[in-house]
Amino acid sequence: MAILSREEAKKIIDKVLSYAKADETAVSLGGSKTGNIRYARNTVSTSGESTNLALAVTSVFGKRSGTATINEFDDESLEKTVRRAEEIARLAPENPEYVPMLGPQQYTEVKETYADATAAINPEYRAKAALDSIEICKKKNLTSAGYLEDTTGFNAMGNSKGLFAYNRSTSVDFSVTVRTEDGLGSGYAIQDYNDARKLNAAASTEVAAQKALASKGALALEPGKYTVILEPVAAADLIQNMMRSLDARNADEGRSFLSKKGGGTRLGEKLFDERVTIYSDPTNPEIPQSGFVMDGRPREKTTWIEKGVVKNMAYSRFWAQKQGVKALPPPFGFIMEGGNESLADLIKGTKKGILVTRFWYIRAVDPQTLLYTGLTRDGTFYIENGKIKHPIKNFRFNESPVIMLNNVEAMGKPVRVNGSLIPPLKIRDFTFSSLSDAV
Amino acid sequence: MKRRDFIQLSGLGIGGMMMIPVLGHATTPESFLDSGMDVAVKKRLADAALNAAKSKGATYTDVRIGRYLNQYVITRENKVQNIVNTESYGVGVRVIADGCWGFAAIVDAKTERDTAKAAEEAVAIAKANARLMKSPVILAPQNGYGEVSWKAPIKRNAFEVPIQEKVDLLLGVNDAAMKNGANYVNSILFMVNEQKYFASSDGSYIDQDIHRMWPIFAVTCIDPKTGKFETRQSLSAPMGMGYDYLQVNPADKVTGITTRYNMGYDMLEDVTAAAQQAKEKLTAKSVEAGKYDLVLDPSHLWLTIHESVGHPLELDRVLGYEANFAGTSFATLDKLKSGNFNYGSPQVTLFADKTREGSLGAVGWDDEGVKTKRWDLVKDGTLVNYQAIRDQVHILGEKESHGCCYADSWSSVQFQRMPNVSLAPGKAPLSVKEMIKDVKKGIYIIGDGSFSIDQQRYNFQFGGQLFYEIKDGEITGMLKDVAYQSNTQEFWNSCVQVCDEKDFRLGGSFFDGKGQPSQSSAVSHGSSTARFNGVNVINTARKI
Repeated sequence: MAILSREEAKKIIDKVLSYAKADETAVSLGGSKTGNIRYARNTVSTSGESTNLALAVTSVFGKRSGTATINEFDDESLEKTVRRAEEIARLAPENPEYVPMLGPQQYTEVKETYADATAAINPEYRAKAALDSIEICKKKNLTSAGYLEDTTGFNAMGNSKGLFAYNRSTSVDFSVTVRTEDGLGSGYAIQDYNDARKLNAAASTEVAAQKALASKGALALEPGKYTVILEPVAAADLIQNMMRSLDARNADEGRSFLSKKGGGTRLGEKLFDERVTIYSDPTNPEIPQSGFVMDGRPREKTTWIEKGVVKNMAYSRFWAQKQGVKALPPPFGFIMEGGNESLADLIKGTKKGILVTRFWYIRAVDPQTLLYTGLTRDGTFYIENGKIKHPIKNFRFNESPVIMLNNVEAMGKPVRVNGSLIPPLKIRDFTFSSLSDAV
Repeated sequence: MKRRDFIQLSGLGIGGMMMIPVLGHATTPESFLDSGMDVAVKKRLADAALNAAKSKGATYTDVRIGRYLNQYVITRENKVQNIVNTESYGVGVRVIADGCWGFAAIVDAKTERDTAKAAEEAVAIAKANARLMKSPVILAPQNGYGEVSWKAPIKRNAFEVPIQEKVDLLLGVNDAAMKNGANYVNSILFMVNEQKYFASSDGSYIDQDIHRMWPIFAVTCIDPKTGKFETRQSLSAPMGMGYDYLQVNPADKVTGITTRYNMGYDMLEDVTAAAQQAKEKLTAKSVEAGKYDLVLDPSHLWLTIHESVGHPLELDRVLGYEANFAGTSFATLDKLKSGNFNYGSPQVTLFADKTREGSLGAVGWDDEGVKTKRWDLVKDGTLVNYQAIRDQVHILGEKESHGCCYADSWSSVQFQRMPNVSLAPGKAPLSVKEMIKDVKKGIYIIGDGSFSIDQQRYNFQFGGQLFYEIKDGEITGMLKDVAYQSNTQEFWNSCVQVCDEKDFRLGGSFFDGKGQPSQSSAVSHGSSTARFNGVNVINTARKI
């Protein structure tokens, strides 16, 4: 009963709205079934499954709003929840930034967010994925630790102005860390999909195992500026951090990397290499997304950076209204355009450089320049004359994605990482500031 | 990880975004005044689960009946942005059957049938998982305590304070910031109450009432001419206290280059200083990279302790159970067994506890019915122990759990979580002033900032809120763009002095994450001001 159809969801939402007495009322209804399995030291440590179905009512009087939630769906409980939301709203302080609710909207229907194969995942599937992964590692005398989580869910919303939206979705995330028995080698691989048919936990484990073996016997290189090839997983972390910093209000207020000296923003300025283009598109079949965001705004194809120029910033509805512009919601997943080359091609074309599997513990150091620090992890290698020469010890970096995306040498074919499409990147003058003994 | 709801807050920290976990369902502040279920009813519900599990073949069972209250008041400048009131109630049952753990939880469980059903499900899961298990669970023995209770010694329950008083406080704080030159200010009160009942087949029935409170703000100052901006965050600590933490008491103030706070926090005074200091930062000298002697205030040092001592000495990490997420640890078992691993200099004693009054870790019994205590992790510089729970201590050859097991909700499985981990104060009398007097080329750091450490806890980098240059024993002015990098063992071996117990204060983490699916926990770290010689400082200024 956790996953309701559009009709079932609409029926409940309409019923709740029929009880409403506030100036404005919005109802959101969501349900999910999620399961996971976790293993470490070549044995399963925990596994579980849970379902959830909950409804939230937001009532508004003037600029005062209140929210109440419930997970029982009989008429009496629903009506009581509406009354409770109204009571909370009456007692709430006025929100001067309140913007009235949206009326009916046109949404793109994105069916690809849901896949039957993912919805069908059961404890046996999860146990098999874990045991297969463990078996591969045992045979090679390696130690695996991994995690698989799958979710099937739906989200629906409606309000007293006639807006209604519904989407169902599935997701499956798998990650595995493989270590050598002596603790001197470590490898990692991760996959995420809407459709579980694309997931291959065994193939990921093979990649991680290969990296674990290859990363043994790492040599130390002096910290400094190096040409790096960032695998998509490594590149994604830094670029995602930048994409989360596109808020227009912070930029207008003068506290963002997009703020301009003397006031105003850097919208329309070329901040990156001209090969850098980043956009979001809910209909992209590789990273499909719901056609609406949770405040009811449609999610549309939006170009954020085009040929190195900042094209758009993200707005709250309040700030957009105040500035008199279109209220573009922030990007969730995004697509960074790349080239056609594979990771292997990028390595082949590199005279001297460092291959980075992933970064770890990335934290902001300076929001003014988007300077981040973090470390390489689970497989870092030295490249010479187009070949991986030997593993190297991990580095700490201090680098800004803004500087990094000005130093682009080459880009490969984008792949899905954490809900976005990211190419492997070859970057010159990437700043490593110290060595780490961690494996 | 879509398991939890989060609220996103921007403008607060240097990260630009803060993700705050939200547990349970929205409720009214009035419902917080409801005293909750009677303890006799809880015992009946627990007994139903204990009996059901036993009859299905469980060899051990524990039941946690939890009611969790959260209130967050969120403001910026002259506006209340959000007031979050949530309540979460349910029952979690954990069993050992066929030598394997099993767990099941049930929301809003009100009857003995509900809890018995959860217990039966937990046994079924344990039996199913037993076929995937390599070796059976070895549980350290634990005596039952009968019917007992523990209550945080709070003086004013934050949930009984009217919302208006909290809103007035924060809007007053914001007003003071703006009047003192801030361009923007965000402020928040986080308040948590865990009402936990624990019962086990060992014969314990433990009723506990835990309170936590964290008032924070971030002030931003902008220089429109240069386009530069600087922030200064609050020097408060999250505490295991009630609203009494906000009671201004002169005895809780530590005066010096800027005022810091002990068991009582003057938010208005701190935000006034913060606005002036954020402005001062705009024109402060950019640090010259190099080696410096660092004098680290407890409001800063807590985070370095947390990352470089607290996490690497978690036994599950050491053993590899967290390898796929948080990582493993450099502090391997052979280092402990050697009996002579120099974690730090002889000045360094680091101890764990879950007993200190007012700390976030303080509780009478942990989440598997073990009475809490204090124990040493590093003694006079040598590694002497880890943090371990009932199914782990046999690995250390010990027979008694350390009592640091925790679950962040009735619906989460309890596991090993960090107790308070603190640096013991120096034995000889020493004030901060006397410490600084001896420093030739140094930096005095106050408040926590950016932090990052590798997956085995060797290499780290920390920032801060306020940096003061020390030259020939004198503070000569403010610095900016400061971060220091070191290696855990090298850093703690460079510790040459720790101030005496008069300077001992707590800092801490309100939302410390661990595990997959991730669980949040709150933990304190105490220290006196300490000096570390010859630490590598980098300059973090860049041009884009």
